[in-house]
Amino acid sequence: MSDQPRKFKGGVHPNDSKSLSSAKAVQDAPLLDSYQVIVHQNIGAPPKLVVKKGDVVKKGDLLAEAAGFVSVPLHAPTSGTVKAIDKCPGPTGISVPAVEITADGEDLWGECMEPMTDWQSVDPGVLKQRVWDAGIVGMGGAGFPSHVKLSPNKPVDTLILNGAECEPYLTADHRLMLEEPETVVVGAAILARILGLDSAVIGVEENKPNAIAKLKEIAGKYNVTVQSLRVNYPQGAEKQLIYALAGREVPIGGLPMDAGCVVQNVASAAAVADAVLNGRPLIERITTVTGEPLAEPGNWRFRLGTPISKALELCGGIKEQPAKLLLGGPMMGFAQNSLDVTVMKNTSGILLIPFGKASQYTSEPCIRCGRCVECCPMDILPATISQAVENERFDLAAQLNVQACIECGSCSYVCPSHRPLNQHFKRAKAEIAAARRKEQKK
Amino acid sequence: MTIILTAILFAALLGAILALIIGLAAKAFAVESDPRIEVVTDMLPGANCGGCGFAGCADFAKAIVENGNPPAQCPVSSAEDASRIAKFLGMVAEEKEKMVAVVKCSGGASTTLRSPYNGVNDCRSAVVVAGGAKGCDYGCIGFASCARACPFDAIEIRDGLAVVHPDLCVGCGKCVDTCPKNLIELVPASIDVHIYCNSPEKGAVKRKVCKTACIACRKCAKAADSEDQVNIKGFLLEINSDNPPLPDLVDKAGCPTSALRLASKHAAGDYEKGVSK
Amino acid sequence: MSDEEAKQIQLPDAAKLVVSNSPHIRGDETISKIMVHVLIALMPAVAAAIWFFGLHALKVMVLCTAGCMAVEVLWNKMAGKELGSWKDGSAALTGLLLAMNLSASAPWWICVLGCLLAIGLGKQVFGGLGYNPFNPALVARVALLIGFPALMTSWVAPGAGNWFACDAIAGATPLGAQGEAVASLSNLFIGNVGGCLGETSALALLIGGIYLLIKKLIKWQVPAAFIGTVAILSGIVHAVNPAVTPPALYHVLAGGLMLGAFFMATDMVTSPMTTRGALIFGFGCGLITSVIRIWGGYPEGVSFSILFMNALTPLIDRYTIGKPFGYIRVKKEAA
Repeated sequence: MSDQPRKFKGGVHPNDSKSLSSAKAVQDAPLLDSYQVIVHQNIGAPPKLVVKKGDVVKKGDLLAEAAGFVSVPLHAPTSGTVKAIDKCPGPTGISVPAVEITADGEDLWGECMEPMTDWQSVDPGVLKQRVWDAGIVGMGGAGFPSHVKLSPNKPVDTLILNGAECEPYLTADHRLMLEEPETVVVGAAILARILGLDSAVIGVEENKPNAIAKLKEIAGKYNVTVQSLRVNYPQGAEKQLIYALAGREVPIGGLPMDAGCVVQNVASAAAVADAVLNGRPLIERITTVTGEPLAEPGNWRFRLGTPISKALELCGGIKEQPAKLLLGGPMMGFAQNSLDVTVMKNTSGILLIPFGKASQYTSEPCIRCGRCVECCPMDILPATISQAVENERFDLAAQLNVQACIECGSCSYVCPSHRPLNQHFKRAKAEIAAARRKEQKK
Repeated sequence: MTIILTAILFAALLGAILALIIGLAAKAFAVESDPRIEVVTDMLPGANCGGCGFAGCADFAKAIVENGNPPAQCPVSSAEDASRIAKFLGMVAEEKEKMVAVVKCSGGASTTLRSPYNGVNDCRSAVVVAGGAKGCDYGCIGFASCARACPFDAIEIRDGLAVVHPDLCVGCGKCVDTCPKNLIELVPASIDVHIYCNSPEKGAVKRKVCKTACIACRKCAKAADSEDQVNIKGFLLEINSDNPPLPDLVDKAGCPTSALRLASKHAAGDYEKGVSK
Repeated sequence: MSDEEAKQIQLPDAAKLVVSNSPHIRGDETISKIMVHVLIALMPAVAAAIWFFGLHALKVMVLCTAGCMAVEVLWNKMAGKELGSWKDGSAALTGLLLAMNLSASAPWWICVLGCLLAIGLGKQVFGGLGYNPFNPALVARVALLIGFPALMTSWVAPGAGNWFACDAIAGATPLGAQGEAVASLSNLFIGNVGGCLGETSALALLIGGIYLLIKKLIKWQVPAAFIGTVAILSGIVHAVNPAVTPPALYHVLAGGLMLGAFFMATDMVTSPMTTRGALIFGFGCGLITSVIRIWGGYPEGVSFSILFMNALTPLIDRYTIGKPFGYIRVKKEAA
């Protein structure tokens, strides 16, 4: 593999604004009085609660167990009592069930899983079970259970670790790779062992040269390569990353394993290393809290269930009222209208966008400039599809391959008419899926 | 002069030949159709609303004539019209009750919590973003998808809330399928009292986000003439459509949040500030 | 943390947080910025027109630009639409392009009529910006050309630096006479020939075109394919029989080819979005232009060719949709 930075077709170049927090070392958030742990933190089935109101739990104890294969268990972020199992605002704006834990202040670990320091000789199946038991999901944003990705039913020859962090503003993965390169690399090696591979590749965008250098120092020891990537959004999208690193195209509607690849986020890899080496479940994560209106942007290690309001307080509050509060990055994150949403396994960033920068959507007509066609990493025609959706012609949208859309938002980013293209596609995909379900019922 | 004559002659000849071809084609490729279908189509309202489940009035007329579908399946035509069609075809007319749509939410912009929303002004698009940016997860988000779907202009968006005008509504049910929050229900037009709330949350949670939510105080159930007129279901009361309460229940019960309303007064805008009169 | 300190920490007001779909930031390009850039790109040609045709040229340009914006406002008022759309610059651009297609001797009523045709018939009847299938300025030009052939083909002789020159010379456009060149190549290049305002100076148009290409406001495929096709076709015909048509370079520099290729055919709304489509579009324009110029009844075919290809744009777009990322493999597996 050459040292030349890799890239994919299309993409956009937003101002990355990472300097706000990229030099800030990760800080451990102080213990709070209470945590509201959202139960359903993964894609797939929500885990089944095993605690009830009044139960006393220790740090790392099981709160909910996996309900099926595509589901992961959930663990207590600290020791204390279950105060209530109630609804709290979820990241998508709909209230979701959450376990409220009142901390006892002692923060004592419960019965932990056994550390496996000699993981190189442990059976891959046991390691995979450990990944599942630790409740590890894709921590880059999607929250897809990691053990499912590690159980491909097609031959896989490449393991890719996603350290691209192409979303502007976010620096959580950057700091992780810089401060704990060993954990990331060991995690990669463990994941490779689970898949029966002897190597792995970590893809990092070249705007993080210090992280690349650190990783490279250690990577060789574990037969892991580090590959720099051209700065281009959405470089960190699974399909684009595979194309850049392995030169393969994942078929529409297919999974990375259809191209012989498995992609894991670097934070997930670090969590895997922690689970295997120290026997710790996933109960905390590094999150970037940033944005121009924030007093002191930074990177924090938050426990699951930390309310956003507390996170913002830790950063000194705000200097001015922001236009938007987001969970995740500015390109794909979710806008929030409540400060009571809590940190989840996939919360890579808490971001405040000032009024001047926030996108304003209008219904100005498409002038067919073709910017969206040029930048679309999936090579579909966003302009044409959005017009089909406006006319509620979802059949036409399906014909134009709207399902291939990865919702990266590049098209809406460049559109001079400020058209809400991405929202059109989300709706079209939802409507097409609903129509399919209806068809199947018949 | 001769040129003009030739032209006229030529045009006439051409016309005659074409007419002959068309005539022959009409004979040769004629499609046999029941003449009654056309008559029935004329007797139907002609709104092509699709409320019957067919592609339009003509399609439905075909179904009536050929498959014996009951004319009462048309939600728009009155009972008299339906029986007229039945009589024409020699069928037995079925009794049907007029239905109207009810949007089970009273949370207008001035009575509910909502955040500024920026995006496609359409309910079905808005729900993909933060569930529609309203404090209440179950209420009307007021981007008029139902109003646009209504072929009879019976739904109005007032103060960010969809309001059905019962006198204009024919009960075709188009709006019912459109609402992403599944808020709209078809009820017999004879019932005027409804509970304009759809949130199954606890009363206190609802009150936090909406001034006009049903808080399950049961005042209306107690004030009702007989026990099963208003039933409680979770944290929400429900009007029993088999044994509906009389309109005077609204005055008798004195609903503290004015979620209990008369459809007629609701449509007339008598509840605008969310306080009962 | 004491209470006082806690008070100083200010948190966002949740009720004021805007909820919208991702992405939450956006590029800084807007419709009006694009239009302003195209207007800037036209400035060299505007300057050349004023230099060669004097204040009469300025009058026509101001009249058309202001007229088009006025018609836009008027139409929106009558149609009950929002009035702000004249600000986006598209009407001004249409107006200026229309002026570029008129002679300096065009009377005021031709300008006004042109504005009505361009904005009314060319754009608003279809629903306004973005919905028009044809380039509005060209619709007006062609309608005027057919309606007032004499007025529209009487050109003013250029008078470099002469502000008040306005001697109409009928018919003697560089492409008017068959087979013989009426102007030298250098004059054609700098624009010292008769013709409509924007057609004459290839140099000024080329500067504007390069500006557009650098700013990535037009696809290079359109002008390249357009001019290339005309050059090759006329070159071949000239080589076979020089009596039929002047040489390739003459064809490229004369008439409205430069204006058409860089400013009219590249109009975003009416040209294909795909790059392959842009090549086909440019080739089609070049082909039709050459055919009309060499064998047709009109001396100039640029406007007709662009209008014709405008009509084909939806079809071209439809058949040049590339296969999406990851599509080929799906097909292979299915087979």
